[in-house]
Amino acid sequence: MKTNDIIFQTVTKIVVFIIIIYSLHLFFSGHYTPGGGFIGGLMTASALVLLLLAFDIKTVVNTLQVDYLKLTATGLLIAVLTGIGSFFFNVPFLTHTFSYVQLPLLGKTSLATAVLFDLGVYLVVIGVTMTIIQTIGETE
Amino acid sequence: MNNLIILPIVIPFLMGILLIFFNKHITVQKWLSAVASFLSVIASIVIVQTVHTNGIQTLEIGNWAPPYGIVLVADMYASLLVLTTSIIGFTSLLFAFSSVTSDREKFYFYPGVQFLLLGVTGAFLTGDIFNLFVFFEVMLMSSYLLIVLGSSKNQLRESIKYILVNVISSALFVIAVAYLYAVTGTLNMADLSVRIADMGQSGLLTVIAILFLVIFGLKGAIFPLYFWLPASYQAPPAVVTALFGALLTKVGVYSITRVYSVIFYHEPSFTHQILAWLSALTIVFGVIGAIAYWDIKKIVIYNIITAVGVILFGIAANTPNSVEGSIYYLVHDMIVKGALFFLVGAIIAITGTSNLRKFSGLIASHPFLGWMFLIATLALAGIPPLSGFIGKLKIIQGGFEAGEYTIAFVVLLSSLLVLYSVMKIFIHGFWGEPNKIPVNKEATKGLILPIVILLVLSIAYGFGVESLSPYISQAADTLLDPSIYIQAVLKE
Repeated sequence: MKTNDIIFQTVTKIVVFIIIIYSLHLFFSGHYTPGGGFIGGLMTASALVLLLLAFDIKTVVNTLQVDYLKLTATGLLIAVLTGIGSFFFNVPFLTHTFSYVQLPLLGKTSLATAVLFDLGVYLVVIGVTMTIIQTIGETE
Repeated sequence: MNNLIILPIVIPFLMGILLIFFNKHITVQKWLSAVASFLSVIASIVIVQTVHTNGIQTLEIGNWAPPYGIVLVADMYASLLVLTTSIIGFTSLLFAFSSVTSDREKFYFYPGVQFLLLGVTGAFLTGDIFNLFVFFEVMLMSSYLLIVLGSSKNQLRESIKYILVNVISSALFVIAVAYLYAVTGTLNMADLSVRIADMGQSGLLTVIAILFLVIFGLKGAIFPLYFWLPASYQAPPAVVTALFGALLTKVGVYSITRVYSVIFYHEPSFTHQILAWLSALTIVFGVIGAIAYWDIKKIVIYNIITAVGVILFGIAANTPNSVEGSIYYLVHDMIVKGALFFLVGAIIAITGTSNLRKFSGLIASHPFLGWMFLIATLALAGIPPLSGFIGKLKIIQGGFEAGEYTIAFVVLLSSLLVLYSVMKIFIHGFWGEPNKIPVNKEATKGLILPIVILLVLSIAYGFGVESLSPYISQAADTLLDPSIYIQAVLKE
């Protein structure tokens, strides 16, 4: 018998966006409130896992053509490069800096280089989680 | 700028990441990893020279002063070990180029090696006890990958044991750090030392010191915690065993040395006495294993355990001579164990077996390999002109000075049995009637160069003791007088 999970798939299509937006909110709020790269990355990965549950692996892989191993490596590279950046300013490794910038729409915002490091963490967490889940899912 | 001392950590890290992008292009991977480890060797030579001329170098990561931030400390002891590590890393890569199969190479073998080197150098350089834990985990995670890569039945079985033991010891490590933090309120090693000196080493702190001995002993394979090592190290290919045998147990030994010389040095009659007897038993059980087996890989693996015992006895006796001796012996042992595992790997590549009873007379077809093996065995046993002599001499001298006559005699006798165990390989494998089994003449192509590099280093080490001694005594000074270390880090 062919199962029909139209309700699940329709709800997923809406909910996935809410989860991803919430995960981005968590990611950006990490500096002042609970949140950050790790939990944000896990939340994004959980949205992708929900897609994997509602649709099969082939559909998801065809829609989001991301090589998650490369994504992990990119994340690591970003994190290390934020550290190496300090070489050029003659300060110790991983020294971070911040400044307040007047942005359109957002107003006065503090931009810290620690966010770039966190972006690396975020990508690594997504990459590792999805690699684990997809590899186990594809193994016969 | 002091970012210099993070280079041996950053270079393998960056290269490990880049290699992930090129996992299908084996030639690119080989070139990149060879260049990276060569750069690491150069960077570590520069560090050793800088530390020698300017004293201990520190780097306050993120510009946070210790004890609030993480600090990297390159004293002479750590820098010498980092240099040896990068040399072993470089030669292992050369050995891997012609001995590792391409399906392993495509599955992230080279990134794994780079991350292993990152973990080991990080563990040597860090000045923060929780950071030490993190670098331990980096090193162990990559070693899990390297031990299971290829997934033969034997590797799968042994990697489960290996991971189980290491997960338990890592959990103990976290618990011990938690206890230590609860008692002292700090994690920086120099600050820990100051606070413990202020409050006196109470019974509770001695318990924590023993807990650390258990943890690092489990990683560094001392008696009775070495049970996991012989079988686990036998499973992976020879080059991985060489990396493990030369580097991983030595990180445990380094940590015991560091913790017992910088932090817990106030109750030597208890902690150092336990360490001395445990190292004596380690030596005894190591040589028993080494003479019992007819498997060439097993024989060399049991020799790792013996060497760990010898090095730790030098630390436990805690006299200037014995500490210097154990530094000499540690560096020598890393080099010569690397060479021996490469030689064993080359012999297995020729004969296709590691069972000593199944082949003989290799000297007829491979004379150069045979004589190199002889030099390595003599260096291992500590025959005078070669590298193992000065270390053992000073350890035994220091042992006598400390009044530990029994254990010093154990060390002396162990040399004899170590020599017997490796000579057995030479006599039965290289002498005798050749061609018991078909010998593959081409098998050693490319495997000879890394062995030659390490043996030349070992010989030069033995003959150049005179020029090395200022470096070694500088390293020993820091271990004997923790205030040098503390002043360099806390700048008080």
